Amino acid sequence: MKNLGSVMVAYMIGWGVFFLYFVTVARRTADLRKEVERLKQALTQGTRGK
Amino acid sequence: MAKLLGAAAVVFLLGASAYGAFFVAPNELTMGIVQRIFYLHAPCGMVALTAFIVCFVGNLGYLFKREAKWDWLGVSAAEVGLAFCTVVLLTGPIWAKPAWGVYWAWDARLTSTLVLWLLYLSYLILRTMVEDPDRRALISSFYGVFIFLDVPLVYGSIWWWRTQHPQPVVFTSGGLDPEMRKIFYLSWLSLTALMILLIRQRYELEATRAEAQILEREAEAA
Repeated sequence: MKNLGSVMVAYMIGWGVFFLYFVTVARRTADLRKEVERLKQALTQGTRGK
Repeated sequence: MAKLLGAAAVVFLLGASAYGAFFVAPNELTMGIVQRIFYLHAPCGMVALTAFIVCFVGNLGYLFKREAKWDWLGVSAAEVGLAFCTVVLLTGPIWAKPAWGVYWAWDARLTSTLVLWLLYLSYLILRTMVEDPDRRALISSFYGVFIFLDVPLVYGSIWWWRTQHPQPVVFTSGGLDPEMRKIFYLSWLSLTALMILLIRQRYELEATRAEAQILEREAEAA
């Protein structure tokens, strides 16, 4: 079982990088979707206002 | 729903490949248990190069067609490829220390991979420096085609130069135990599926950003 720690660290780093990247992209997309909805609403209200 | 099922399938495949790497694959005689890093390190390297090929296709597509979707594909694949390349550069030294006695050797494969990582990082930094979307897409596509030259260099480095890095064992006859080969293919499949999932998700982000920019311009004009 020599070097089992190294194997565990390697896999944790690997999955950690992918997980962090996945979460970051999902968050950025969710924020942008909110922004799109806000702009759509603002535009609709602006059109109605005219 | 389809997206959720796709993500669940990728998680299942990743879990199965990890189970295979830890509990099914036999111990390698010389290196022992640390050789199991191979099932993550080597497929990640292959998937990173695949993502950079997708980026190259996206860059060429933009240069020929001048349609934003090709630029979105290019940047998405570059970012995902960079994530996989990061894992390669981090897991390699962890394996190298017990196998070679050193974390890093400035040999052709390792150095060209580090250069590749730096080049695609600079590709992403370059994109943040140009405001206009069309100019950004054009400049980064030209740059993307140019930096792709390092990809065949990384791939061929172990044949063209004497390196510390081992020679390929997967696509050669008798190079790998049949059980090890099965686990390797499973890992490769699961990481390729992860790459596709991540590129799709990142592409969606670019499409949403473009939609937001159009709406912003409309709001300003109104």
